[in-house]
Amino acid sequence: MATLGDYLIVSGILFTIGFAGTMLRRNIIIILMSLELMFNAANLSLVAFSRFHTGTNGLPNYNAQVFVFFIITVAAAEVAVGLAIVVALYRARQTTHIEDIANLKF
Amino acid sequence: MNRLVPWYVLLSPLASAVGITVLFRRAKALSSVVSNAAVLVSFVCSCWIFLQPNISAPEPNWIDIPGIFQVPLGLTLDKLSKTMLVLVSGVGALIHIYSLGYMRDDEGKSRYFAALSLFMFAMLGIVLANNFIMLFIFWELVGFTSYVLIGHWFERDAAADAAKKAFLTNRVGDFGFMVGILMVWMATGSIVFSDIVPQMSKLTVNPGYLAIAALLIFCGAAAKSAQFPLHVWLPDAMEGPTPVSALIHAATMVAAGVYMLARVAFVIQSSQDALLVITWIGAVTATMSALIATQQDDIKRILAYSTLSQLGYMIMAVGLASNEAAIFHLFTHAFFKALLFLGAGCIIVMLHHEQNIWNMGGLARNLPITFLTFAVGTLALIGCPPFSGFFSKDAILALAYARNVPIFVFALFTAALTAFYMARLFIVVFLGKPRSANAKSSDEAPLVMLVPLIILAVLSTVGGFSFFARHFVVVPHEKELIIFVPALAIGAMIIGLGSSLALYRNQTSEPLDAQLLRRRFYIDDFYDWLINSTQELLARITAFFDRWIIDAGGVHGVTGGTWGSGALLRLLQVGNLQAYSFLFGLGIVFLIYFTIFR
Repeated sequence: MATLGDYLIVSGILFTIGFAGTMLRRNIIIILMSLELMFNAANLSLVAFSRFHTGTNGLPNYNAQVFVFFIITVAAAEVAVGLAIVVALYRARQTTHIEDIANLKF
Repeated sequence: MNRLVPWYVLLSPLASAVGITVLFRRAKALSSVVSNAAVLVSFVCSCWIFLQPNISAPEPNWIDIPGIFQVPLGLTLDKLSKTMLVLVSGVGALIHIYSLGYMRDDEGKSRYFAALSLFMFAMLGIVLANNFIMLFIFWELVGFTSYVLIGHWFERDAAADAAKKAFLTNRVGDFGFMVGILMVWMATGSIVFSDIVPQMSKLTVNPGYLAIAALLIFCGAAAKSAQFPLHVWLPDAMEGPTPVSALIHAATMVAAGVYMLARVAFVIQSSQDALLVITWIGAVTATMSALIATQQDDIKRILAYSTLSQLGYMIMAVGLASNEAAIFHLFTHAFFKALLFLGAGCIIVMLHHEQNIWNMGGLARNLPITFLTFAVGTLALIGCPPFSGFFSKDAILALAYARNVPIFVFALFTAALTAFYMARLFIVVFLGKPRSANAKSSDEAPLVMLVPLIILAVLSTVGGFSFFARHFVVVPHEKELIIFVPALAIGAMIIGLGSSLALYRNQTSEPLDAQLLRRRFYIDDFYDWLINSTQELLARITAFFDRWIIDAGGVHGVTGGTWGSGALLRLLQVGNLQAYSFLFGLGIVFLIYFTIFR
């Protein structure tokens, strides 16, 4: 039987992978994927907390799970917008490498 | 309907000035006609008002703060202001007509006539004002129009400088005038003349306060009437066109100071000390400028100093608490001084703008009418009986003899000097042989310029007789007829005339050389030095402050600081998206750390 701690460790590993990917990879699409990974790490921990936080009637607290559904929906929208920007950027610059996109620096 | 006539007097020149400026600036001939018509309307209305025994004008309220401050737009219509109305608009009308001839070919004719109309508006406003605020506004307006008219030929540096000098000197006096008005208002709580009069007797303020208020008000008069030490602008103002000199700087504007003092006599006469100071300033001005006049070579400057001297007489009379004598002299002086200036204008024009009297000579033959009228003016000015100046000057002399003997001595000495310098002017200009080609070939002036001369000559002759003058002014008559004073005055005049005749007959150049008088007692040089030293110092200090504190410290400090901190902050902008997000994450970690663990 997995405990809350196991879930949190998995969630932490996922978050770390996502964070490292965001920091280290150069391709914008990979960075977006890493961001999603961090999202889902957070979702996982929310669901875990919900599952292990049972009330006096023995049922888990479903608020967090509803919250997770919202996050998934919003994240889907965000990914759609983010990918659209990436496509537009690629059309304009023929690259998805963030090192080539530093125009705001004076 | 009839009650509006006083307003017509005031507003018709204003309408002309506005009309010329806005509508027909290009049409020179039309402008001059409009301006002349406006002043004639004023003159006719003034005469009509003069003949009405009692008349009042509607009095709209202008500023009304209940209990604190009321300024009505009211007109004073008593004997004094009626006389001044007729005098100002009458002399003004003659000078407008004369200007038609004098300014015939001038480039800025429209501008000239617009300014002349505006001046008439301002001057009539001073005469009609029934409160200090209106008086002050018109007072400033007169100063401004005088500036415009002196600087009419502004292409000439001398004219531009003279205009500036006149304006600034007047500002000095006007500042004192304004403070004086405020002091009177503080003491009485009113600025309307007729409301102040009953309050003056029951005032409980310190007599020193009243003396200072009176002297500050006198300050304004001293600047306008060119009294020592603010007299320096008037001789320079002769750079303006000659009709302007006649109108503004002889007959009307400089008389405004005297008129104002007579109008506010209730303040002036409330302090004996102030009166004494005023008397002495008048006496010093009269004597000093008569002395200076004896050594000047420019015909208009001689007349300017003579004006100063005569104004000194009037101020003296005001100081001796006799407004009747002052106004009587103002009345006669307006005629004969305008006459002399217009005569000088004829000479100047006919000699192609020659003003040095030593380049004239023998003009009696070529300009007979100018010669005769100028002679009348001269005789009136030096106080030769039976011309008008004799009566009015005699009134002041008798007054001085009765009230203050040292002043009488000054006045008598000035009378002798007046005869001396006027005879000098007359002999050098009209008698002897022509001393230049222009003088030899000169010709009589056109009729439009001679008619005003003739009218003024007639007025200068009869103006002093009481059968004529008593309709206009209160002729002061000596109670116990002192035959002694007129005899002394005539004696002084004869001494002046005789010495001048002995010195200047058949001379071709100045036989005397008194640098002190020629350089006008070094007063202008002293002012130059004073302004140069103080203003230069002040300018250096402010320039230092501006350059090193405001510019270097303030303006450049702010820009430099912003620029420098921007340059430093720019180093943080690495341009790497991941570095930013790393720092962003780091920031969040710190925030969580500080909110939870601290």
